[in-house]
Amino acid sequence: MTVVVVADAAGAFAENKDVARNLRRELLVPALAGGETVTIDFGGVELATQSFIHALVSDVIRSMGPNVVDSIAFRNCNDAIRGLIEIVVEYSQEGLQDEE
Amino acid sequence: MPNSAGLQNIEAFVRRLDTSDLSNLRVSFHDRWVAVHPVVLAAVACAGALVTQNGGKVSSEVPKVATLPYLVVMRLFDWLGVNPGISVTEHEAAGRFIPLTQIRTDADLAAFMVKVTPLLHGQPHQREAVNYIKYVVSELVRNALEHAASQVGAFACAQYYKNTKRVSIGVADAGIGIQASMSRSHPVRSSLEAIELALRPGITGTTARYGGTEYNAGAGLFFTKAIARASRNFFVIYSGDGLFKLRKGSSRVEPVIQADPKMDPATWRNEMPTWPGTVTGIDVSLEAGRTFAQLMSAIGDVYHREVAADKKARYRRPTFT
Repeated sequence: MTVVVVADAAGAFAENKDVARNLRRELLVPALAGGETVTIDFGGVELATQSFIHALVSDVIRSMGPNVVDSIAFRNCNDAIRGLIEIVVEYSQEGLQDEE
Repeated sequence: MPNSAGLQNIEAFVRRLDTSDLSNLRVSFHDRWVAVHPVVLAAVACAGALVTQNGGKVSSEVPKVATLPYLVVMRLFDWLGVNPGISVTEHEAAGRFIPLTQIRTDADLAAFMVKVTPLLHGQPHQREAVNYIKYVVSELVRNALEHAASQVGAFACAQYYKNTKRVSIGVADAGIGIQASMSRSHPVRSSLEAIELALRPGITGTTARYGGTEYNAGAGLFFTKAIARASRNFFVIYSGDGLFKLRKGSSRVEPVIQADPKMDPATWRNEMPTWPGTVTGIDVSLEAGRTFAQLMSAIGDVYHREVAADKKARYRRPTFT
């Protein structure tokens, strides 16, 4: 299992989308494509933007399909970050529905 | 620059602009009093930088007004290249404002963010307010950096008003403007129409597809508007000749976050003097209100209700451990 520690790359305020994209491309996608489960650990992150969460996970869901959500666990999320993740995960699947 | 220009009466500043000659900037002031929102300072500094970058001429009078020291400590005259004739010790106001800052890179933005927490040190509801302010600054400045192609980057500043327990933020760029940005993927006939589209969640100028690209979701301005609406504050977007102003709305009605900006209490104006880029201003209250987590929950409800209500039953849910 791969663990992605967001704070190590993005700090306490996760807002840099380039950082999110790099985490996705370099860690999330290879692990998920290899059939691993991935834990995204938000410990130490006090605040994130929707743009950051989007750049981190949206394209994973769109490119790999909705089933990939079952292979990702989000750990140590505060309530605000949890709310953001739920929004992004939902509308990312919305986009898939539109493409069907 | 008028004697008074907050977000509630930002038209007092905008209507005085003449942007017909971008090689020449002349700044004049009300002769007795100048009290303006940071968005006005950001716009004027940005204009000064643009004209200077273009090899043009910037000139400004130095107003003999009681608020001159404020304009000096906010570094307005630094960006206009004009000697104000006085020097002001900043220590008394330190921590209560973030002066005009040019932001071109991630590092510039990060340095600006560092100043947000001291801005509110020791104030009530500090933690939640800092979250809100960092969030909106990030979204507004990143919009400018990623979409505007501004030659001078973005200019930002902020001011904490202790009496009203409010932080006011202004961001301005001299880029392509929202209409040109949205036109890359959507048919828009005016700046105002482009602003309306940009405020809707899931729509971005980088793709015609709902929900955006792998890098842009098209929801930054929607979230920012939601923050202003939830706390019953003003939010202004001025781009090209279009101006959108979210008003506070009735205090007797609980504010509702809307996906459709036409449902908001707002003023829409076109045929304003054309701004060569985009200017955004927002106020954030420090008073007790919705926590950031509660706001995210409310925004999530909007997505459920208005964007995906008929399909959500098929969605898989994220797992939290």
